[in-house]
Amino acid sequence: MSDVITIKKGFDIKLSGKAEDKLLSCSGKNYAIKPSDFVGLNPKLLIQEGDRVKAGGKVFCSKKDENLIFSSPVSGVVKSINRGEKRFIESIVIEDDLTNEYEDFGKFSLENMQNEEVENKLLQSGLWTLIRQRPFSTIANYEKKPKCIIISGFASYPLAPDYNFTLKGRGEQLQKGVDALKKVADVPIYLCTDYEKTYCDELLLLKNVEIKRFKGEHPYGNVSVLISRIDPINKGDIVWYVDAEDLAIIGDFFITNRVDKQKVIALCGAMVEKPCYLKVKVGAQIADIVGDNIKKDKKIRYISGNILSGEKVDRDGFLGTYDNLVTLIEEGDYYEFLGWALPGNNKFSLHRTFISGFFNLLPKKYRKTYSVDTNLHGGKRAFVLTGDFERVMPLDIYPLELIKACIIGDIDKMEELGIYEVDSEDFALCEVIDVSKTNIQQIVKDALEQIRKEVEQ
Amino acid sequence: MRFIRDFLDDIKPNFEKGGRFYWLHSTFDAFESFAFVPNKTTSKGAHFRDALDMKRTMIIVVLALIPALLFGIYNVGYQHFHSIDPTLAFFDNFWRNIGFGLIKVLPIIIVSYVVGLAIEFAFAQYRGHEVNEGFLVTGLLIPMILPADVPLWQVALATAFAVIIGKEVFGGTGMNFLNPALLTRAFLFFAFPASLSGDNVWIAQKADAFSGATPLAEMMTGAVEPSQSFLSMFLGTIPGSIGETSIIAILLGAILLLFTGIASWRIMLSVFLGGAFMGIIFNIFGSNSYSQLPFYYHFVMGGFAFGAVFMATDPVTAAQTTKGKWIYGFLIGVMAVLIRLVNPAYPEGMMLSILLMNVFAPLIDYYVVNANIKRRMKRWKIKAVDNSIQK
Repeated sequence: MSDVITIKKGFDIKLSGKAEDKLLSCSGKNYAIKPSDFVGLNPKLLIQEGDRVKAGGKVFCSKKDENLIFSSPVSGVVKSINRGEKRFIESIVIEDDLTNEYEDFGKFSLENMQNEEVENKLLQSGLWTLIRQRPFSTIANYEKKPKCIIISGFASYPLAPDYNFTLKGRGEQLQKGVDALKKVADVPIYLCTDYEKTYCDELLLLKNVEIKRFKGEHPYGNVSVLISRIDPINKGDIVWYVDAEDLAIIGDFFITNRVDKQKVIALCGAMVEKPCYLKVKVGAQIADIVGDNIKKDKKIRYISGNILSGEKVDRDGFLGTYDNLVTLIEEGDYYEFLGWALPGNNKFSLHRTFISGFFNLLPKKYRKTYSVDTNLHGGKRAFVLTGDFERVMPLDIYPLELIKACIIGDIDKMEELGIYEVDSEDFALCEVIDVSKTNIQQIVKDALEQIRKEVEQ
Repeated sequence: MRFIRDFLDDIKPNFEKGGRFYWLHSTFDAFESFAFVPNKTTSKGAHFRDALDMKRTMIIVVLALIPALLFGIYNVGYQHFHSIDPTLAFFDNFWRNIGFGLIKVLPIIIVSYVVGLAIEFAFAQYRGHEVNEGFLVTGLLIPMILPADVPLWQVALATAFAVIIGKEVFGGTGMNFLNPALLTRAFLFFAFPASLSGDNVWIAQKADAFSGATPLAEMMTGAVEPSQSFLSMFLGTIPGSIGETSIIAILLGAILLLFTGIASWRIMLSVFLGGAFMGIIFNIFGSNSYSQLPFYYHFVMGGFAFGAVFMATDPVTAAQTTKGKWIYGFLIGVMAVLIRLVNPAYPEGMMLSILLMNVFAPLIDYYVVNANIKRRMKRWKIKAVDNSIQK
């Protein structure tokens, strides 16, 4: 067993609507792939509306690199290709014809394969896209090997799924996934687990990995934090990372020789009637996932992903490729009379001007559970208060200074202040507690995009 | 509260684009968001937000100022009547003192708010921003650091100067590098010295025969010890600027600010540490009676405590990094006592030392942040060397 890595700064927000350990299956009709899930991707379609694809069949590839293929989660007919601004493809919807036909990749077994064969199989099957890299969170570049690979074996954001539960019985798949990664890039592979919560053998008994155990409060499970404590990123460094859920899909491919993008996600949040886990295929429609398991007569915000950095979707939208949960909370488009003056026992706040802020100083288990809504609680202002962000930023960076460098677009300054070590999700808590209601994650996202374009030219 | 909401919804179209009163939309918005927290929801990023907003933050600071303000109003009245009849005790003629204080202080508050807010609203409108709440605090701080007899036109002029030159030209609240309230005072201090210095301005309509010197002035002119006792300086029953005299009222405000976490305890503590440090050095090495005055006297004389609690902690003009805050606060304390003891021209050093450190705060932050940058660069370099060795 390895040492424990303790993260001191951070804050676990307790929200109501945590998924109970109950696994349901979910069969939908429509599935979609959204090119916007992949940072910096410009898609080139390989099919047209009305074409038939099998599960694992090619749907589109990257314009820049045609080896980078994106495959269908189900077998069926391409129902629609939805375009948005500047004709950018928003989603490719495939209607499941329930035949469960799989694309044929031949018979192969990992043990007898050369390293390059493994890489090619992953690329052809579209499963390569599940491996991402830092900096920039793009799909991993197979031509440039990383200095290490990180496997996230836990998540720390609010209402995170319990990996002990979602990975149950998939130890073999996980091990195959690890072995495949080892063949693709012969670098150290670190499996990150939660010191207090991870207990399942599926993760803890994995071989060929070095297990790192983390302890702390959110964002201690964010990839940036994991990397910063294991092997920090310097300019020019690359680190690959895979979520354990996605790793199991990769492993499964090498066992069954077919692409079955099945994963277990959590359906959670205060607006879910009975929060639970669901077995779904990547790209499932939100309406199919949620069904009528919602609170009635409420205006609901549907989020694909977690409440801090997930994407707002419509009920007929789709689950994001990398998302492991769907969160439902109430919309907060109401006026509140003198709302800023109330004592605020039931309002979530990390500031002690509210009574609730005091409860939030207590150790985790005594804290109150909140049911939050989407109200902004105020208007947009300039940055005034200082010293707040540092409380929830475990990385060795100066958040306010970095955010300001991002706003003015000063790349040199951003580099100096550590932009390569972060992703927008690391600023989610800063954004939540920010008194001036600035959209910090968007600022960081735009800045990363600006640098990425500059670097790639 | 339905009817207020209905009323606002009724008149709202007039203030929206194309409406008759569009030129007043920032003003309408300010009042509407004062009555109701807006119905805006999160659009990007985190889907829920902390309940604290700028309004509540600023109102907390205003609340923290209230004890010192109330005491100040009473004390203005007391000092006036006490100068006429030195036998009066502090609580004699309670209501008369309050009445006189109100007559003196309220107009200054009104002038500072009206002038400042009018400029703020105009700039918000011009820039298409929402009105920032920052001036709610500044507008109250200004009267509290002035003597009660200051002419109102001077207050108006100085407030306009501070808001326009000190704040709006830099982009408004959050962008200024000098504390606007102190800038107001500094403007008056140098432009109209007769209103802000000497022995005759600190008691409103002072009787001529009575000496109105503050303890600071007494000490500077060579007194062996202040004529007021430590206790009366602590309680605040002495002449001085309206809000600065009562340490006990300021402490009440400090407790609220620290309790709610709005002000930085690091800055507050380090200002006192810096003051104590300099005071003790002079206690040991100083030769005149002022230097020999026990260091803690500096905390109760003049505006030291008021400055430490309400002025130095202004987050916009203070240092922003944790380490920077310690340095910034400490140097304010050091400079304030240094100016008091060494500078022959000004009895009070707090205002100038805070303004000076306001100017230096970005530099302090620059060096603190640079340490982080250097650490990162060093890591990059080590890495690069490692790679070249391996190759």
